[in-house]
Order: sequence, then structure tokens, then C-alpha cells
Amino acid sequence: MLRVEHVHVSLDGFALHDISFTVPQDSYFVLLGASGVGKTVLLEALSGLAPITHGAVYLDNEDITHARIQHRKMGLVYQDQALFPHLTVRKNIAYGAVGSRSTREQTTIDLAATVGVAHLLDRRPATLSGGEAQRVALARALAPQPRCLLLDEPLSALDIKARSAMRALLRTLHRNGQMVVHVTHDYEEALSLATHVAIMENGAIAQIGTPMDVFQHPTSEFVARFIGIRNVFAGTLAEESGNNMDIATFTSAGITFHIMTNAPPGPGMMLVRSEDVTLSSSCPESSARNCFSGQVTDVARTPLGTEVVVDIGVEFVALVSNASVQQLTLKPGRDIWLSFKASAARFLEE
Amino acid sequence: MKTRARHTLASDPLSLVFAALGGMVLLFLIAPLAGMAFNSPLSDLADTAAEKEVRASILLTLWTALAATTICSVAAVPFAWVLARKQFPLKRLVSGIIDLPVVVPHSAAGIAILGFIAPNSCIGGTAERAGIQFVGGAAGIIVAMAFVSVPFLINAARDGFAAAPERLEKAALTLGASPARVFFTISLPLAWRAIVSGMVMMWARGMSEFGAVAIVAYHPIVASVLIYERFGAFGLAHARPVAVLFLGVCLVFFIVVRLLAREDTHAPR
Repeated sequence: MLRVEHVHVSLDGFALHDISFTVPQDSYFVLLGASGVGKTVLLEALSGLAPITHGAVYLDNEDITHARIQHRKMGLVYQDQALFPHLTVRKNIAYGAVGSRSTREQTTIDLAATVGVAHLLDRRPATLSGGEAQRVALARALAPQPRCLLLDEPLSALDIKARSAMRALLRTLHRNGQMVVHVTHDYEEALSLATHVAIMENGAIAQIGTPMDVFQHPTSEFVARFIGIRNVFAGTLAEESGNNMDIATFTSAGITFHIMTNAPPGPGMMLVRSEDVTLSSSCPESSARNCFSGQVTDVARTPLGTEVVVDIGVEFVALVSNASVQQLTLKPGRDIWLSFKASAARFLEE
Repeated sequence: MKTRARHTLASDPLSLVFAALGGMVLLFLIAPLAGMAFNSPLSDLADTAAEKEVRASILLTLWTALAATTICSVAAVPFAWVLARKQFPLKRLVSGIIDLPVVVPHSAAGIAILGFIAPNSCIGGTAERAGIQFVGGAAGIIVAMAFVSVPFLINAARDGFAAAPERLEKAALTLGASPARVFFTISLPLAWRAIVSGMVMMWARGMSEFGAVAIVAYHPIVASVLIYERFGAFGLAHARPVAVLFLGVCLVFFIVVRLLAREDTHAPR
């Protein structure tokens, strides 16, 4: 378990203030925030590369606040990989491996196979693609058997295909018991990987919780604006019967939605932006494949329109204009129809 | 790429002027050396090469300069890493001190070194009791060469370390490597090209040293002192073949070292 208590870091005119969080051993912890909020500085502080001015960091109840970098057992994967350019992939991975020579060689081969770079062992980093380099960096960080793996925007430089494969790999590592702290500015990464999410703002943590808690119930305007998406539901995707090859059904809490996706059936999350949700007094005849009756539970003005929460069996948030609120007399207790197009719903595989 | 470079040079009048000025500088550097070489008949060169004193002098110059470079690099290269990576009080002053031998007149440097290693000094006396003769010995030549040439190695190595991404050293630390292992397996290999370049420069500068060496150890006689002595005693015609021969030997060594250092290391630059 990683425990961060009231950590302050001051580095080159930038500061982190009173950072506290706990990462249980079986967690995949994502630090989500815009560029420049201090995510990378926090990772560097945890790994010992940036000095902690106040506070403490405990790893498995051992105080590592001021421990030497090489003794922390924290594996760090840089955004740009930072592979050693003068060493082959094999030597890069083997660099931090522990044990006898034969053990280190076997570790290198096993890790290369795990991350899918076994065929690249004799290549130099300069000859690798972005995805391959990221996999090698991951294998290299795993070689010393770190107690906690720190990932700095590991997917940001990858194309869509490589990103999907890397996500699957990270999930596998997590399932095998690896504790992970992952920083990113991409909420999809957070939703698809995290067991716990922390939102960072101006060198501090604005909110911590499970992805569903944070995305469905942002506690501040900053968090709500940053994550930008309020309708997040966990469920299962299934193929729709008939000839609608591009439409699948997604079931969450006993409610079935229609999603335009070509993702394979399986568990995942459905995301719908609140501005894509339409409210009306009757189910409209339109191209919207999703139409549900529900009851308004909350109406809240925001700087950009009004957020209306509708209970259709799950709570859905719609962002409508103030004029629509008056026209439809939207207030708690009002029965209303809620609709959105299948193409407005996004599916994220688990 | 080459086509584009030629096109740019031909179409830009300013570049043409600069190229012409550059040509004049090159001519200034090459003309005296070429003139010296062309005015030395092969028969004279062969006779000079056959002289035991000349061969011994060139050999002495080569190995003492190499010894000065090798011995100094043991301390100078790690020191260059400290200068490139660490901040400490009076760092600018330290950097200035490193460049001091470059600006001090080398005869003055020789006097300073002599006072430091003379038999009546603490270090010189201790060395003499240990059987090491500085004044009038190869050890003194090595010290004089090292004093005037070590800034070239330190500065080149410091620039080489500074150019290598520090992030790679940090990444190695997070993998559990000790700082010493990081230095030898990451920092040194990434900066080796600049270090070799600095060693070549130091070696070259050491071999060409006259003033400090002549004061500290006129004998055994190194090439620069021999050339001066022949010029003073017999005139230009007798000094020139020794100079050409020494120049030729140095050129061969430098070209070989530079070619070896050009091998691709895949280091980031």
C-alpha cells in the first residue's frame, strides 16, 4: 500500500500543496489533470527525483520520504520512455533486473514476452516505434520487481491501435497484482483503467474516489468542467439481434440502451455527454434510438445553461438552456422524457 | 540535403562573402604548414627520421602527452560530470580557475610549476625521495603538459555530459542502480564522444607545449624543444625537417583517433 500524507513539493517555481491519498495494494490509481497541474512533479516526488519539503510517503508502511531513489522500489515509466539509446532492448530491460546472471536473463526474456517485444530484443531503441518503445520502457520498469509502478502519460504518444493494446497490457499487469499510479490528462484512460481516480488542480488534489463517484458526482465546478462528462454507467455490451451491425445494446442497472459501436461484446462503460441529452414532454419521433420516461430529481443552474438530473432508473444529467427550463417547467418531481442518439453514446471496453 | 545546401550558398551573397572570409582563414592556417612541408625535400626528411635523437624526441613527446592525458582523465572526467550536473557555491569561480592555464603565459606556467615540483619544495622533495625526478625528467614533462592542456579535456567532457539527457541517469537510478553504476554505464557511454574529443585535444595541446616544458624539463628533450634548439643552433633549414616529421606523425595519430571516434554509438545528439 502506498500512503501519501500532506506532501508539499517546491520545484523550479512550481509547488504541490498538501497532497494526501492512499493507494491500496490491489489498486490502479489514476491522477487525472490538465497539463501543468503538477502530475509529473508528484510522480517524481514519489520516485525520489524531486525533493519533498513537507509531509511523508509510506510504501508498505515503510517511510520512504527521504529514501534514496535506488532503494525505493518504485518503477517509473517516463512519458517519452527515456530508454538508454546506447543499449539494446535486451540490455535496457535487463538493466534493473535482479538476481544471478541467468536469473536476470530469464527475467528479461519473460518480461519481453509479457509485453510483446520478444522479437525486438537485439534492436536499438532508435529503431522502435512509439508503441514498441513504450512496451520496452514498461518491461524495463518491471524488471527490478517494483512494489509500485509509476506511469507518466504512458499512452499519450501512441496511436489508437497501440493505445488499445497498451491499455490491455496495463490491465493485465494490474490483474496480476501490480500496484499502479498512472498520471494522465485523458478521462477515457482514467475510466477504462482506474479503480481509484484523483483529480488534480493547481498543484493540489481536488477530488478522490472511484471513477463512477468522481465522474457522476463531481464535488466542485472545476472537476465538473474538467471531466466534462457526467453520464457514466458501468454495464455490459451485447450484440443487437437483427441486421443492425453498427448498433449494440448496453445494459446497466436493468436498463437497456442503444450504442453505435463496433466494439466486441463484454463489460465496459457507456459515456453520454450531458449536452447530447434531450428532454421533452413526450417521446419524440426522431432518429434518437434511446428514449426513456423519468422524473426530474434536481435542477441546477451553471454558468453555461442548467443541469437537470432525471431519474430513469439510473440518474441521467441533461444540460439544457434556461429557456427550455421555463418552457418545459422543469423542476424536481416533474415527469419528463429523456432521449439521446445511439451515436451520442460512447462505449469504453473494460 | 546537399543540393539544398549548395543552392543556398550560391544564391545568398552574404553566405558567399562569409565563405570567402572562411577560405582566407583556412589559407592562413594551411599556407605556413604547407609551405614548410613543400620546402622540406624527402631526402632531408629521411635523413632526419634516421637520427636517433629525433626519433627519441618524438617518441618521448607522444608518450608523455599520452601519459598526461590518461592520468588526468581519471580525475578530470568525473570532475567534468560534477560541473555539468551539480550546483555548488563558487561554481563560476571554479570554472574560471579551470580556464586559467589557457590564458596564463606558458613560460609563467612553467615557472609556477617549477616552484611547485622543485626538489626543495614539499612535493618535489617527497617525490625525489620516492625516486621520481620531476625537474629534468619525464615526470616533469608530464606535469607541465598536463597543467597547460587539462582545461581542454575538462571543458569538452563537461559539455558532453551536459548534452546527455539527465533524465536517463534518473531513469537508471529508479531502476535500482547505484550512482557509480549510473556514471559508468549511462553517463560515460553517452558522453564518450565528447570525452574522446577532449582527450585528443588535450593530447594535442600537450604535445605542442614548449614554454612550460622547456622551463620544467629542458632535458630529456621533447619535439617542440628540439625544433627550437635546432633553429637556434643551426637555423631554419635544420629545424624544418624535424617540424615536418613531427607534424606528420601527429597528423597520422589524430586521423586514426578521430576515425575511431566517428563510429556510430547510437547516442542521442
